[in-house]
Amino acid sequence: MVLICRNYKGDVDMSEIDHFMHLLMQHEEEGLLCPVMSHGNVHFMWIKHSNLYLVATTNKNSNASLVYAFLYKLVEVFTEYFKELEEESIQDNFVVVYELLDELMDFGFPQTTDSKILQEYITQEGAKLEVAKSKVPTTVTNAVSWRSEGIKYKKNEVFIDVIESINVLVNANGSVMSSDIVGSIKLKTMLSGMPELRLGLNDRVLFGLTGRDKGKTVMMEDVKFHQCVRLSRFESDRTISFIPPDGESELMSYRINTHVKPLIWIESIIEKFSHSRVEIMVKAKGQFKKQSVANNVEVRVPVPSDADSPKFKTSTGSAKYVPEKNLVVWTIKSFPGGKEFLMRAHFGLPSVENEEMESKPPITVKFEIPYFTVSGIQVRYMKIIEKSGYQALPWVRYITQSGDYQLRTNV
Amino acid sequence: YSFLKSICFALSSLFPDVVNCMIHPWVSYMPVGVKIFVQFSDVFLTLRPIDCEDPNPLIRALAVRTMGCIRVDKITEYLCEPLRKCLKDEDPYVRKTAAVCVAKLHDINAQMVEDQGFLDSLRDLIADSNPMVVANAVAALSEISESHPNSNLLDLNPQNINKLLTALNECTEWGQTFILDCLSNYNPKDEREAQSICERVTPRLSHANSAVVLSAVKVLMKFLELLPKDSDYYNTLLKKLSPPLVTLLSGEPEVQYVALRNINLIVQKRPEILKQEIKVFFVKYNDPIYVKLEKLDIMIRLASQANIAQVLAELKEYATEVDVDFVRKAVRAIGRCAIKVEVRIMGPSTMWFRRLLWSSGTSSALHIKHNHIPMVCVCSDLQVQLTLLTAIVKLFLKKPSETQELVQQVLSLATQDSDNPDLRDRGYIYWRLLSTDPVTAKEVVLSEKPLISEETDLIEPTLLDELICHIGSLASVYHKPPSAFVEGSHGIHRKHLPVQHSSIDTGESPVSAGPAAAMDQPHVIPSQGDLLGDLLNLDLGPPVNVPQVSSMQMGAVDLLGGGLDSLVGQNFIPSSVPNTFAPSPTPAPPATSSGLNDLFELSTGMAITTGGYVAPKAVWLPAVKAKGLEISGTFSRRQGHMYMDMTFTNKALQHMTDFAIQFNKNSFGVIPTSPLPIHTPLMPNQSIEISLPLNTIGPVMKMDPLNNLQVAVKNSIDVFYFSVLIPLNVFFVEDGKMERQVFLATWKDIPNENELQYQIKDCHLNADTVSGKLQINNIYTIAKRNVEGQDMLYQSLKLTNGIWILAELRIQPGNPNYTLSLKCRAPEVSQYVYQMYDSVLKN
Repeated sequence: MVLICRNYKGDVDMSEIDHFMHLLMQHEEEGLLCPVMSHGNVHFMWIKHSNLYLVATTNKNSNASLVYAFLYKLVEVFTEYFKELEEESIQDNFVVVYELLDELMDFGFPQTTDSKILQEYITQEGAKLEVAKSKVPTTVTNAVSWRSEGIKYKKNEVFIDVIESINVLVNANGSVMSSDIVGSIKLKTMLSGMPELRLGLNDRVLFGLTGRDKGKTVMMEDVKFHQCVRLSRFESDRTISFIPPDGESELMSYRINTHVKPLIWIESIIEKFSHSRVEIMVKAKGQFKKQSVANNVEVRVPVPSDADSPKFKTSTGSAKYVPEKNLVVWTIKSFPGGKEFLMRAHFGLPSVENEEMESKPPITVKFEIPYFTVSGIQVRYMKIIEKSGYQALPWVRYITQSGDYQLRTNV
Repeated sequence: YSFLKSICFALSSLFPDVVNCMIHPWVSYMPVGVKIFVQFSDVFLTLRPIDCEDPNPLIRALAVRTMGCIRVDKITEYLCEPLRKCLKDEDPYVRKTAAVCVAKLHDINAQMVEDQGFLDSLRDLIADSNPMVVANAVAALSEISESHPNSNLLDLNPQNINKLLTALNECTEWGQTFILDCLSNYNPKDEREAQSICERVTPRLSHANSAVVLSAVKVLMKFLELLPKDSDYYNTLLKKLSPPLVTLLSGEPEVQYVALRNINLIVQKRPEILKQEIKVFFVKYNDPIYVKLEKLDIMIRLASQANIAQVLAELKEYATEVDVDFVRKAVRAIGRCAIKVEVRIMGPSTMWFRRLLWSSGTSSALHIKHNHIPMVCVCSDLQVQLTLLTAIVKLFLKKPSETQELVQQVLSLATQDSDNPDLRDRGYIYWRLLSTDPVTAKEVVLSEKPLISEETDLIEPTLLDELICHIGSLASVYHKPPSAFVEGSHGIHRKHLPVQHSSIDTGESPVSAGPAAAMDQPHVIPSQGDLLGDLLNLDLGPPVNVPQVSSMQMGAVDLLGGGLDSLVGQNFIPSSVPNTFAPSPTPAPPATSSGLNDLFELSTGMAITTGGYVAPKAVWLPAVKAKGLEISGTFSRRQGHMYMDMTFTNKALQHMTDFAIQFNKNSFGVIPTSPLPIHTPLMPNQSIEISLPLNTIGPVMKMDPLNNLQVAVKNSIDVFYFSVLIPLNVFFVEDGKMERQVFLATWKDIPNENELQYQIKDCHLNADTVSGKLQINNIYTIAKRNVEGQDMLYQSLKLTNGIWILAELRIQPGNPNYTLSLKCRAPEVSQYVYQMYDSVLKN
């Protein structure tokens, strides 16, 4: 059922969308699901969000990457407006949705998509609407399109979160196939006026440029910035300078392609005795400094879908069988570095075997280690300059967490 | 009184109804809701001029925005004045909205927009002080120029480029995308300009928005063509391209998919960029299937001697996944890698063995150790058992003496010990075949030999270059030129990579060397293919526009051009700095002693072809095989579209309904554009003629024979299958006429081993009739030449998938046998093209 649609150009018939669900099901049946599908001359580009499909249609050679970027932006904006983007929130906010669709895109060209700015002149309550609309949002067309003027805080503060996610893929024989670190620097800005910020990191290229080589530096493979960062400045002298958006935002992300030692190492023995039982033994080892502690560690071990009567034994933490996901989840609230823990599980198998071939899902691990970054990246300074000359405090917090952390098994 | 208020009121009063409509379970009334909304805007139309002068810029902008939504021709004229004002409005918000409005109006009434001078106003906005206005003006102009292939609307000159580059630093992420897309259409005049643009575009690679990154990659990939390969900057730039491409793979799955499809192109064009990064293409368990398949493809392309062990280990891992399509592809990948890297996969791993067997089919290169086989047969994977069985039978037919024991062992395993009916059946069939008639067995079992070459699915270089110009767009996702899937885009000239012509200002080019000097210089006497240039007597003065040859080869062509011209004794045509690939014909050379110019067919522009060759309808599905349904049919190409013309006859006693048709994957991606247009029941003894429109955007799988199409037709009685051979001429596209110079260079560029010769026998036509007949079928004669009494026709044609075929047809007076030489980068299509020549000329 089509919940809402906006025809920006009039070159694709409104009824074309009727073919979409059918096409989707057809592709799914054939196992050829694809984000781009076509029917006649119409091409559908779609994403799925909770129970909604967001579908863009075109009959031209449109910029596909722009379309997907825009669809995801749409989800982001709607989520900020309605907390959750789902069928109900669209139905309950018809007027705003249409207004937003009008403001976000014109004739197929994305326009203002910054939800903070949009919220200044497209509001959810009708009463506020008139008041707000009498004001021109200069921000929309400013070179600084992400921050409004005249923001005031009693106490000026910036919170910087440096979050590193570790992606690891380990083969069944225990060799690390690929590993990388995806870092993200998030800001929560509570600053008055139009402050100029400068962020200093222990970036190896920067240190190389300035001829300093004190202490540890980090080589960032690829860096992506929020649009507020002056890219050409970074390109020329590696300075990260910007006027921050107000409130929460992701300032930058980076990728480091080094060989990381998997912080939590898993050894597993899974033995399947057909028609009788499965025996699982998992050893988890914390391969990080003794002073650090990993929190909320979850080791997820796959089990056959027809397994039954689970029995567990753990040296620490607790194990739980999640039948709907065919997993054993072993939870350890606090896992100090250098320690080693064990978990044993035993499952019964039915005497009549499952005919279907089962896939071999990997063991996955989730964890967080606060006050620590694997790459060793550090915020060396955050300079805040505003013309009123106020003093502002930056706060920095480091955390390392698991990203895509997979260990393949033999069974 | 505010226009806005009324809209709000209108909507809020509508609101409950709209919501009610939506809850209605059967019908979605949403489009109606939108229409009401638009109609409401109509009501307020009369107020529009007043709105455009409203003190609130937001309302002025809203007014100008809704203006463009009213798609009524007559009213548009009435909107000109307000729009003109808005384009000069003091508020940038209004100006940026007005810029888009021009594109909207152009869509409704292009003539009016041009007459009213709005295009000029739009061009003026490129110099606007506000970056958002610039971005929208660029977007609007690009959009308009799409429907305007010839006019140089954007007028990209160094000043404008500079303005765009300045705006690039300041506008929103979307604006940056428009500007970068626009920049990619610019052809810098020399390498210095190309480099300075690249320098200013490179920072965009660090943008968080994937669309900005890919558009920047497109600009850089295009301009790389212009940079000298040995320069430091060229190599630095190559290094800078890799990390952002890799980072795109940590995005959302759909973004990853678009990125991967583009990386697939980039890897084919410039393998050096990502050759170190093979690990990032390793498949993750939770990747969606479309990401997995695409990663696999790229892994194969990046496989090399250096990383083959790693790649094979990884592929082996995938071969045990559940998803059949993926496993099949992974297994083929192992075979392809083996062929590509020439490793002998021997040793203890039976896994590799059977996978290889499966993928290669011809197992002569492999020895199979007897003790491996029973082990493999224990394997529970039915697909593998089946293919293994086939493989072993094949092996037996090739090397009967060594494998007899083995075959018996396996066949008895399959027929007696297996409880799977499929495996048992296949086992029995083979057994019986082998025991009764080994010769037939050989024919049956060994008939299907897939062409093993890692090159099979490489994209044709000309097409690849065109697709590189479309990075980020749908064309790059489909790996098809826009003309293949966008209606009405056939007339629009295709994009080409820029060609390096650095020799021009270095003073070493043949251009600066006078003809006399050229005569004196010792020349390498051109051999073979170069004689063609001589025969064609082409004017090689201006640098040859050959998109697919790299700069290295370009140099060679230039040299030969000089040599040829001097040999022929022509005056050199001093060429100015060549401009872009304007579709205008190159000026004919001045009359020379050879006097052959008048023989050239200089007809440019495309003939509108209607009556291409159509074979008479043949019975495709006889009634006895389809419970009374008879289908006869043929294929045709009319006005640039393909059709399957069929007659359905009901020879049964009951009526038939619920017709549907489906095609299996095929070599050209042919799929029906619409469902089968049979809406009424087909009564006994009734026939119906239908014409099913086709297109070529479906999934592609190489078939044997290449033009084989497997069709399933369903009706209320049953489903029936048949296969037909598509005459290749339905794939000959209308823009298959190559420019003469491109033809010449392409002919030289295609290796000689790709040239195939055929005889067309018993044909009594003169050269002009031949040209005419072929032209109707989109085979274009580029040049005609008379050599020693023989007529030589040089022809080109292009298939829907972008493959070019070049032909030389030799007609001797009095000899009814013509000689046809075909050159193509994919020589396997040549024989089918020959068949078409034969059919067309004899009908």
